[in-house]
Amino acid sequence: MQNNDSLIIADKSYQSRLLVGTGKYKDMDETRDAVEASGAEIITIAVRRSNIGQSPDEPNLLDVLPMDRYTLLPNTAGCYNVDDAVRTCRMARELLDGHDLVKLEVLGDEKTLFPDTMATIEAAEILVKDGFKVMVYTNDDPIIAKRLEEIGCVAVMPLAAPIGSGLGIRNPYNILEIIENAKVPIIVDAGVGTASDAAIAMELGCDGVLMNTAIAAAQNPVLMASAMKKGIEAGREAFLAGRMPRKRYASASSPIDGTFF
Amino acid sequence: MQVIINGESRDVPEAITAAQLVDLLELGNKRLAIESNREIVPRSTFDTHIFKPGDQIEIVQAIGGG
Repeated sequence: MQNNDSLIIADKSYQSRLLVGTGKYKDMDETRDAVEASGAEIITIAVRRSNIGQSPDEPNLLDVLPMDRYTLLPNTAGCYNVDDAVRTCRMARELLDGHDLVKLEVLGDEKTLFPDTMATIEAAEILVKDGFKVMVYTNDDPIIAKRLEEIGCVAVMPLAAPIGSGLGIRNPYNILEIIENAKVPIIVDAGVGTASDAAIAMELGCDGVLMNTAIAAAQNPVLMASAMKKGIEAGREAFLAGRMPRKRYASASSPIDGTFF
Repeated sequence: MQVIINGESRDVPEAITAAQLVDLLELGNKRLAIESNREIVPRSTFDTHIFKPGDQIEIVQAIGGG
């Protein structure tokens, strides 16, 4: 891999183009091992009510994934309106000592978890004005993606397919359109199922891929995390290398000249 | 006095501070954030922020999520 090929988000440089979530693992050990195997530097977390009066010694996520080692990306998962999303980001900023990088998602429907793009735009405007660096989950709609960039989001993150579906990129031409129009990093967020899906996203020219379930719900999450790392790297290198043109008919690889038969 | 903490009514001492509440709930060793009546209570004010009866308090932490 080229040494200078880093992903830059909000003026910070990252060597890994794989971003991972920390949900759905069986325990903290598996979470830590999978995140380590993925090589990810940016990891998403959720903000939820503390369990009061229950096992005060239970392990804390930030003990196994320390803030000085990873860039934490608190999300607004589970938010279905602007107010809840903005409130969650403000709580996250307080929780993480003023850390202002957030993953905004405002959901519109429980069955598909598709984003409510109008509410997402409204929340993004409020958060950007409030000084947040917003990485925003959105649909694979090029017009909405551009609008979110214009608002000042530091990365736009269109879905490949519904969250947790593992269906892979359902609309590669929309993703390509979003990439070609963008001046901020485009990160496919949600819907990849296996390493080839991640590679396809990167071959299209995405700047990165964010995933959770594809790793956590694999039979062997740590091995899948390693596979995803390689899929991302392979896809990125293939994109940079520039693939050969597709042709309908064969083209012999061995010379025709010099045959003795 | 009664306050609402994470959706549940609780009896706490009068004029309890945020810092005292954190100790009372045995959350002192955890990274958390507190909101009272939808306003953030900054950690720098935990010693001086005094809760009132009926305050709606939310105490949150980081957990795994995608």
